[in-house]
Amino acid sequence: MFRFVVRRLLQLVPTLLGLSLLLFIWVHSLPGGPEYSLLNEDATDEQRAALRESLGLNEPIWVQYGRFMAKLVQLDFGISLQTGQPVLTEFFNRFPATAELGIMAMTMAVCVGIPLGYFAARYRGRFLDTGAVAGSLIGICIPVFFLGFILKLIFSEHLGLLPSAFRQTAGINATHPTGFYVLDGLLTGEFDAAWDAFLHLILPGLTLASIPLAIITRMTRASVLEVMGEDYVRTAESKGLQQRIIRGRHILRNAMLPVVTAIGLLTGALFAGAVLTESVFAFQGMGLFVYQATQTRDYPALMGFIMLIATVYVLVNLLVDISYSLFDPRVRVR
Amino acid sequence: MRTKRSHGLRALAVLAAAGMLATACASDRDDSSADEKNENQPLIFAAPGDARSLDPFYATDGETFRVTRQMYNTLLKHEAGGSEIVGDLAKDWSQNDEGTVWTFDLHDNVTFHDDEKFNAEAVCANYDHWFNLSGDFQDSNVSYYWQTIFGGFAENESDDIPPANYVSCTAEEEFKVVIEVDKYSASLPGGFSMAAFGIMSPKVLDAQADMEVTGEPGAFEFPEYSQDPDAVAGTGPYRAVGWDKSSQEITLERFDDYWAEPAGIKTLIIKTISDENARKQALEAGDIHGYDLVAPADVEPLKSAGFEVPDRGVFNVLYMAYQQEGNEALEDLQVRQALAHAVNRQRIVDSLLPEGSEVATQFMPPTLTGWSENVTEYEYDTDKAVDLLADAGYSDLTIDFCYPTEVTRPYMPAPRDIYDIIKGDLEAAGITVEEESMPWGDYVAHTDAGGCSLYLLGWTGDFNEAYNFIGTWFGDYDRGWGFRNDEIFDAMDAVANEPDPAARETMYIELNETIMDFLPGLPISSSPPSIAFSADLNPPTTSPLTQENFAEATWK
Amino acid sequence: MSTKTDKIDRLAELTAAKRTDQGHGESLWREAFKRLRRSPMAIAGTIVVGIFIVIAIVGPYIAPFDPVSQTWGDEVFPNKNTFVGPRAENWLGLDHLGRDQFSRMVIGARQSLMVGVVATLLGFAFGALLGGIAGAAAGLGKRWGRRLDTVLMRFTDMMLAIPALLLAVSVAALMGQSLATVMIAVGVAQVPIFARLLRGSMLSQAHSDYVLAAKATGIKRRRIVLAHILPNSMGPVLVQATLTLATAIIDAAALSYLGLGSPDQSTPEWGTMLADAQRFLSGAPQLAIYPAVAIIITALGFTLLGEAMRESLDPKLRK
Repeated sequence: MFRFVVRRLLQLVPTLLGLSLLLFIWVHSLPGGPEYSLLNEDATDEQRAALRESLGLNEPIWVQYGRFMAKLVQLDFGISLQTGQPVLTEFFNRFPATAELGIMAMTMAVCVGIPLGYFAARYRGRFLDTGAVAGSLIGICIPVFFLGFILKLIFSEHLGLLPSAFRQTAGINATHPTGFYVLDGLLTGEFDAAWDAFLHLILPGLTLASIPLAIITRMTRASVLEVMGEDYVRTAESKGLQQRIIRGRHILRNAMLPVVTAIGLLTGALFAGAVLTESVFAFQGMGLFVYQATQTRDYPALMGFIMLIATVYVLVNLLVDISYSLFDPRVRVR
Repeated sequence: MRTKRSHGLRALAVLAAAGMLATACASDRDDSSADEKNENQPLIFAAPGDARSLDPFYATDGETFRVTRQMYNTLLKHEAGGSEIVGDLAKDWSQNDEGTVWTFDLHDNVTFHDDEKFNAEAVCANYDHWFNLSGDFQDSNVSYYWQTIFGGFAENESDDIPPANYVSCTAEEEFKVVIEVDKYSASLPGGFSMAAFGIMSPKVLDAQADMEVTGEPGAFEFPEYSQDPDAVAGTGPYRAVGWDKSSQEITLERFDDYWAEPAGIKTLIIKTISDENARKQALEAGDIHGYDLVAPADVEPLKSAGFEVPDRGVFNVLYMAYQQEGNEALEDLQVRQALAHAVNRQRIVDSLLPEGSEVATQFMPPTLTGWSENVTEYEYDTDKAVDLLADAGYSDLTIDFCYPTEVTRPYMPAPRDIYDIIKGDLEAAGITVEEESMPWGDYVAHTDAGGCSLYLLGWTGDFNEAYNFIGTWFGDYDRGWGFRNDEIFDAMDAVANEPDPAARETMYIELNETIMDFLPGLPISSSPPSIAFSADLNPPTTSPLTQENFAEATWK
Repeated sequence: MSTKTDKIDRLAELTAAKRTDQGHGESLWREAFKRLRRSPMAIAGTIVVGIFIVIAIVGPYIAPFDPVSQTWGDEVFPNKNTFVGPRAENWLGLDHLGRDQFSRMVIGARQSLMVGVVATLLGFAFGALLGGIAGAAAGLGKRWGRRLDTVLMRFTDMMLAIPALLLAVSVAALMGQSLATVMIAVGVAQVPIFARLLRGSMLSQAHSDYVLAAKATGIKRRRIVLAHILPNSMGPVLVQATLTLATAIIDAAALSYLGLGSPDQSTPEWGTMLADAQRFLSGAPQLAIYPAVAIIITALGFTLLGEAMRESLDPKLRK
């Protein structure tokens, strides 16, 4: 087990190295070159020249790449043009928000999607099944941002039930030791703040959950159907095992394996949805920050966030693989 | 679908019921007099962008100034709701005939947020501190407004920095201060009202004597104290108590020892919502109590839903610039005139801009001293445009035309719609338009560098002086305009150095006429940017310069 | 020289056919197609996609008005919340600049289809190239083959690790905003998916009985890969391509919403229209609803078709 984890961690190194090379090439092929990406819009030619000099842009390209890498290794991603703060600080400021939103969305998707997919498969061809399949198809086809607007229109503007923006009501005066607002509220005993933060998560969570929910429902359904036709299930049935045991031990557990992998991959896809969801709901997480960075052409922030998000994504998938190997010992052998 | 939704809906219904219970409890508490509400309920205002610093000196953007304006006072300011310059920390002020010596009588009952006493020495401590800045502080990205208004520093470290115009600050009496400049500049006295020159407690300046900017040239990280609400202290009605960057939220609290009328509402929170539609929905859902830059299309729906959308007054101009080096046809006056005749500016005003907008006849709003009634006007006349183009020999003119995406500016609420109308008009006159669009950050740099032949841009005045408008563009050769016209440049130079206001007015009027004959670009409109508030708020007086003082707001 | 190999090829084909067709003597593809014809999902999908394609082709000829000329510009006042809804002359009303909404929708279909098709083709072409090379290299075995496979797969891992949207943002930053940028950005994001899929599919074919049989009879590895593994691996890739057509149209709309869409107004496109009309959601919701519904239905059509194809190709799911 330990060796498996170490080997997987070592495999990350070439991926991240390649990514850094890609980013380096990207920054250098931006129109106007890297000095342009680092400067404010009103910078003068002299400032650009000075920056070229100080960045060593007149040196050979491999020296530049070396310096670029040295900075990356020290986690120095430069300074965000839009806030004037180090990119790494901005990342850590905003990471909890998106993580919290992502967890909320994934929880919704998993808690609804797996049972729904399972029952759809069990009652294949019936109304529930048709409904689940149709629903999951539509869920994929609605543009996320449009769904967000519609949900806001219904639940915030017309019914006035749920907040339409932010992570917490402004001025609620809560303390945030971890940055995960719901958790913060529970830790500090400010339960109204935790509840408030939770309410703020519902609509964006629902919006963000739409695509994973659809995919998980369908994956579960397909997977359960497949397992139900396997020989060992038929064997178990012919042995006269209780339906409950067959379903729990044979079908569900085996059907979950591909679903778990899918959840890992979806975690990555979740981020793209987060950019849209967070900007629709003014939810101050990484997605909103990236959105604002694209608006202001904040290249240092974009570059840093791409690198950091990719790292997080790779790590999450590593975790999924490890948990997968706990489920299924065969994976370790391969 | 139905099944999925029903799961979701049931969960929602449960949560919603719980939520209603919670709000019901809350509304019990809210059922109190306005005074109590002023103490308890924070005013939450949504801004389109983040502030960057709590020390206004380093800033150039309206979002930072919106916050710092509540925290600091300047020597002078603009009257509430207007554009006249009046005293702020100064009760009264005077200038000598040459406009080089400025004397200010200061209020004597002002204290800083850190209990320091405000006096003439404090003013000089600030001005001298700015004047003596060195190193990276002299970068034009760090001290932009100082260099614009007062020139360079005590010791300029680079040849790019303009020579210092500032000479000295003297505390003549405890509450009388004299600021001397080398020669008159049209930026005064308006410059003394710039939000960037908010007076900071001398104690803070002492404590931060060894502060520095870090980072690469051009991408600086502002000094640490400017990001820390506890480290700064001004004299304004509010003081900063919190800045939560991860949730883009700045919390201001009433300063109880404020020297004038104290703030009505105890807590003011300024949050960022960058998306225009999200701002509107947040106001409608009650998550915020006001926001700036309301889309014109939202004004009527908001008003009819009971929200307050007060009139703001006009202090800006939107124009279509002709970059004469970008397309040689633009060097021909007839072509420039043809373009002006081709555009139906009235339709832009009638259908896209907020109520109270008007077609601009010249490069400044009519409220400004020096506006001329007699400039050449270019009415909408497609046939005339076609004829003029034919006369000039450019019947088949092809021209590139740029506009910014995903941005609303106070003078330009929906750039692409405006662009679309103009493009349609130009095409109707037989011009082929090559369209180019960029996000705002790129756009400003690109157009400033002369990268577009035609482009949309505008300006909101910093203070009430015509030079702040036309001087910004036509004072000298500018790559964004790409022309040299010594008649205009010389006249501009003369007016900039004319200390007598009456003489300046005549000169401005003449200048406006000259400019509109030369037609370096087409002024399109002056429009009031809309701001909206919730119905239960007595909003602050709105300002055409977008300089609202939130201390005036109270709950109904 | 070829008589022997030809014989063995036939043998391999027969083995392959036996594996998939359950003795009906028809090829995998033909049978899949037969199943497809009977699937209600496929029928619904085909109808929707068919209508969409027809509109996209004839759109410019049936559109009653010029989609960009602001003919009724003096009747619409967005700043006063005055819009014009459906009426005899303009079947879907006017947009915010006084242009005929029906003409814009109809002509927008072509543009949206083009975004979907070009983006998918891009992703498919480069993805299939990458995945094909990797799969072939892995299938050919030998040390360098496995190395090449590893390198290529690390590369796709890397691309997968960048969220698609950030990839798109980066492309847009490099190339400026245009319709081409949108297509490339959406397409590039699909490359690693296609690559992984084709490679995985090829590898699983490589372990199948008929390939083993062919190997045993001594056919050249190259021939096995090109003649047997590759064509038999295309099924899942084609399914993915159909599904990608749907995602591409939705992703293009998302890019427009984020301000990275095509700025070109001269040819309307549904995604841009939807993103643009969000502003008027309270005053003229129909302006957003038309393109939104069009996008959803079209995407649904492609998804239905893709899903039906997947089911008919998957021997395990058929019953």
